[in-house]
Amino acid sequence: MLDSVDLAESIVMRVAEASGFSEEDIHKIGMAVREGVINAYNYGNQQDRAKKIRLTVELEPETMRVLVLDQGKGFVLKEVPDPLAEENLLRTSGRGLFLMRAFMDDFEVRTGPGGGAELVMVKKLPGGVSGNGRA
Amino acid sequence: MTLQGTCREIGEIVVVDFSGKITLGEGSSMLRRTLRDLIEHGHRKIILNLYDVDYIDSSGIGELVSGYTTVRGAEGELKLLHLTKRVHDLLQITRLFTVFDVRSDEEDALRSFR
Repeated sequence: MLDSVDLAESIVMRVAEASGFSEEDIHKIGMAVREGVINAYNYGNQQDRAKKIRLTVELEPETMRVLVLDQGKGFVLKEVPDPLAEENLLRTSGRGLFLMRAFMDDFEVRTGPGGGAELVMVKKLPGGVSGNGRA
Repeated sequence: MTLQGTCREIGEIVVVDFSGKITLGEGSSMLRRTLRDLIEHGHRKIILNLYDVDYIDSSGIGELVSGYTTVRGAEGELKLLHLTKRVHDLLQITRLFTVFDVRSDEEDALRSFR
């Protein structure tokens, strides 16, 4: 699983680099993807190695979108405990979604075609760079 | 680079110099094992020198928090030293900067123990 996480992160970081993002933004995008894939495996697919995670990277004229789809039962974002709440600060888990939202310009969770959760992470392309492709 | 750590004892205080990534898998496990071993050997004043840790994910943050509560539960003190900008920023945005005792100077960190 860890190899897959590293691979997903690496792939998206390469796309981000090719798209002209700064080193810091590449790092943030990579971390967001990393957290998304780990979440998909742990919570979405319940660590069931038979289930798949689909990673999609879309380059649009002004944005880069990364989608992470699991084969779980889906979840409601607003029902996830706030890791910044005082009572949750010393929890040892539960920060992945928060970090994804912090590192990306836009973030949402929607229900995928099979009922799993699809994380949609968006980062605005650096100024003057445009793309039109899907990976 | 996988996480590597070397321990230095300065009186009652142990400084663990870390290098690498604290991420899900080996890095987080290594941090966990290190702190567990230090506690089991009776150490209660611990400084984690993160001067060369430029990458930590939410699992790594979880292990830092776990380490903090474990050391505190053993009536010890855990301090963080020489945070890189990325780790510093992560602890800031997760509000953990208000939890940990973070130092930028080793002498200052050593003097700060009760």
